[in-house]
Amino acid sequence: MNFMLTEEQEMTRKMVRDFAEKELKPGAEARDDKEEFSREIFNKMGRLGLTGIPWPEEYGGGGCDFVNYVIAVEELSRIDASAGVTLSAHTSLAGWPVYKYGNEEQKKKYLEPMALGDKLGAYGLTEPTAGTDAAAQRTTAVLDGDCYVLNGSKTFITNGGEAEVNIIFAVTDKEKKSRGISAFIVEKGTPGFTYGKKERKLGLRSSPTLELIFENCRVPQENLLGQEGEGFKIAMSTLDGGRNGIAAQAVGIAQGAMEEAANYAKSREQFGQAIANFQAISFMLADMATKIEAARLLTYQAAYLESEGLPYGKASAMAKLFASEAAMEITTNAVQIFGGYGYTRDYPVERFMRDAKITQIYEGTSEVQRMVISRYLLGQS
Amino acid sequence: MSFALSQHHHVKKEEFRNFAVDELDTGPDFPRENLKKAAERGYLGLPVPKEWGGGGEDFLTYILLIEEISRVCAATGVIVAVHTSLGNFPLLNYGTPAQKERYLAGLAKGNLLGAFALTEASAGSDAAALSTSAVPVDGGYRLNGCKLFITSGGEADMYTVFTTVDFALGRKGITAFLVEKGTPGFKAGKIERKMGLKRSHTTELLMEDVFLPAVNRLGQEGEGFSIAMSLLDAGRIGIAAQGLGLAQASIDYTTTYWRDQEAAGKKASQYTCFVLADLAARLEAARLLVYRAAVIKGAGRTCTKEASMAKMFATDLAMAASTKCIDLCDFEGASQDNPLAGYFCDAKATQIYEGSNQLQRIVIARAIL
Repeated sequence: MNFMLTEEQEMTRKMVRDFAEKELKPGAEARDDKEEFSREIFNKMGRLGLTGIPWPEEYGGGGCDFVNYVIAVEELSRIDASAGVTLSAHTSLAGWPVYKYGNEEQKKKYLEPMALGDKLGAYGLTEPTAGTDAAAQRTTAVLDGDCYVLNGSKTFITNGGEAEVNIIFAVTDKEKKSRGISAFIVEKGTPGFTYGKKERKLGLRSSPTLELIFENCRVPQENLLGQEGEGFKIAMSTLDGGRNGIAAQAVGIAQGAMEEAANYAKSREQFGQAIANFQAISFMLADMATKIEAARLLTYQAAYLESEGLPYGKASAMAKLFASEAAMEITTNAVQIFGGYGYTRDYPVERFMRDAKITQIYEGTSEVQRMVISRYLLGQS
Repeated sequence: MSFALSQHHHVKKEEFRNFAVDELDTGPDFPRENLKKAAERGYLGLPVPKEWGGGGEDFLTYILLIEEISRVCAATGVIVAVHTSLGNFPLLNYGTPAQKERYLAGLAKGNLLGAFALTEASAGSDAAALSTSAVPVDGGYRLNGCKLFITSGGEADMYTVFTTVDFALGRKGITAFLVEKGTPGFKAGKIERKMGLKRSHTTELLMEDVFLPAVNRLGQEGEGFSIAMSLLDAGRIGIAAQGLGLAQASIDYTTTYWRDQEAAGKKASQYTCFVLADLAARLEAARLLVYRAAVIKGAGRTCTKEASMAKMFATDLAMAASTKCIDLCDFEGASQDNPLAGYFCDAKATQIYEGSNQLQRIVIARAIL
C-alpha cells in the first residue's frame, strides 16, 4: 500500500491535463452553448493515444492499467465533462465488452479501430420503459438465416449518431427473461438502423445523446457478442467498470469547480478583504478539497482493483455514488462562492454544476448504487 | 499505485483484531488490564525503534492497531494513541540519550504510561496562549500553573508539560518539560465527568512550585511550541484511526442487527439499506484517507493537509454513523445499554480533541489557498 502514482500514471495526468488546457478549454463554453459535438477533438484524443488506454497493444491499445484510464477521464472532465463522457462511454461501455467478451475477429475488427480512435463506440441498453429496470428490455432480435433481425429502440445513448460501433442489447428469448437477452455489435449505417431525436439536455451539452431506432435491422450472426442469453450479464458487468469512468468524471468536474472557486475567492474582495478570508467561504473550500480527495481515492482504488483482476463491483459502486454526490454538492457550492457571477454564463462554474447532475443519474442512479452496496452489506441476493 | 495492504499489514491487522475482540474488556473502570495486556504484546511502543524497547513497526501498522482497538473500546484506543504519539514520540524525536534511557524504554515497553499536557482553560485551539510558567532557578526550573482536559491525568507516570519561560516572547518562550508522577507540587485535579470515553480519565493537572532539574527540560528553551506542533500530524492520524474504528463498529453492529432480522423474516426497508450504503461508502473513503496519511507520515514526508483531512472526515463520519445507526436499530439502538449509544457518546470527542474539526478546516483551507 503506497498510494503513490507511478511515473507512467503521473505522465498520463500531465499529458491529458496539457491537452485539456490547450485543446478543450478555449472552445468548451461555445460548444456547450451550441450543443455541438466535436469529432475533431475525439480524433485528437485518438492521435494522443487516449482512446484505448487500457487495451493491449496488440489491439492498438496503450497497454496501461485502468488507473491511467480514469486519470485521463478525470483530467478531461476537469475542463470539459462532455469530452470526459465521450471517452468514458467509448472505452468503458463500448470497448470493454468487446475486449472482455469478443472473439478474436471481433476484437480485430472493432476493438482495434476503437482503440486507435478511428472508430467511436456507444452502448445501447436503456429503453423508454427499461431504465433502472434494465432487464425489462423490449427490443427484439430474431435469428433469420445468417442474420439477427433487430426491432425496437434505445434511448439516451451517449455518442449516439456519431458512433460507428454500437453495443446493442436485445431480447432473443422472451421466456427466459433476463437470461434471454443478448448483446450485438451494430455498425453505423446498417440498413434499418436510424436515429431519433437528439435530446436537449441540462448539461453535457456537447456530448450527443440520441435515440437509436431499429426497424428490421439485419445484423450478421457473427456480430453476436458472447453467447445468446449472455447479454444481461455482459450489460451489468460492463456497467461495473463504467462506473469507475463516471466516478472519475465526477472527480474531474468537482476538481475543476473547486479550483475556479478557490481562485475567485482569493481575488474577490468584499468588506475590504478577499472573501477567502471568511470562514463561511474557506470552510466550504476545505470540505470540498477533502471530499474530492476521498472521492479520488475511492475511484483510483476501484480502478486499481480492476487492473489487479480483483473483484471491484462494490468498490466501483461506492466510488460512483460518493464521487457523483460530492460533485453535485461541490459544484453547487462553487456557484455559491461566485455569488451572482456564478449564476451567469460568463464563468464556467454554472456549466460544471449542470454537468455534475447527470453523474448521479447515468450508469446506474445513486439509488441503484445504494441498492448494489447494501446487497453486499446485508448479503442479499 | 497500490491500494492493497501488504501481507505484513494484513497479518498485523488480523492480529490486532483478534487481540481486541478476545482480550479487551469494555467495563466501566480505567482500563488497566487492557493496557497491561497491550503492553505484554508490545503494543504500547509499536512504532518506536527496537533499540528503545519498541516494536520497530511502521506508522501504518500503529494506525491499524488504534483502529482495531477503538473498534472494540474507543477509550482504550485514545489512551494508547495519546501514550504513543504524544508520550513516546516527543522523547523519541527530541529527547537526549539520557532522557531516552530513563523514560522512553519504559514507555515503549508499557511499564510507564505517558500523557501530554498542552491545553489550559484559556488555551485550547489557541495553544500558544498558555499561561503555565517555568521560572529558571538554581539547577533547574520552578513550574506553576494548571493544565486542563489531560488524557490519562492521574493515571499516567510521565507527562510532557508545556510552559513558558518568558511571557514576553509569546510562542518563542514556550518550553517543554518531562514531569514524573509524584513530583512534589504536581498533582491531578478532579476527573472530568464526560458524555463519553468515560473510562479514559481526563483531568486537570495542578502545578504549585514544582521544581524540575534542568535535565528534565525536553529540547531547548523556546522550542516547546515547535515540538508541540510537530506532533500534531501523527496525533491527528491516530484520532482519525479512532474515528475509523468507531464508525466501523457502528456500521458492523447495524449490519449484523439487520442480517439477523432478515434471517428471522423481517426485511430491512429500502431506507435502512440506503443509509447503510451511504455510510459504507464513506467508511471506505475514510479508511483510504487515514491509511494514506499514515503511509505519507511513515515515509517521513509532510502530511499536514492529509492528516487534517483524514481526521476531519473520519471523525465526522464516526459521529454521523453512530447517529444514523441508532435510528436504524429502532428502540434497541436508543437504549443506553446498547453499544451504539456508547459509540455515539465516544464519537463526539473525536470531533473535538487533537484540534477540533473547525481547526482542521482552517488547516486544510490554508493548504489549498
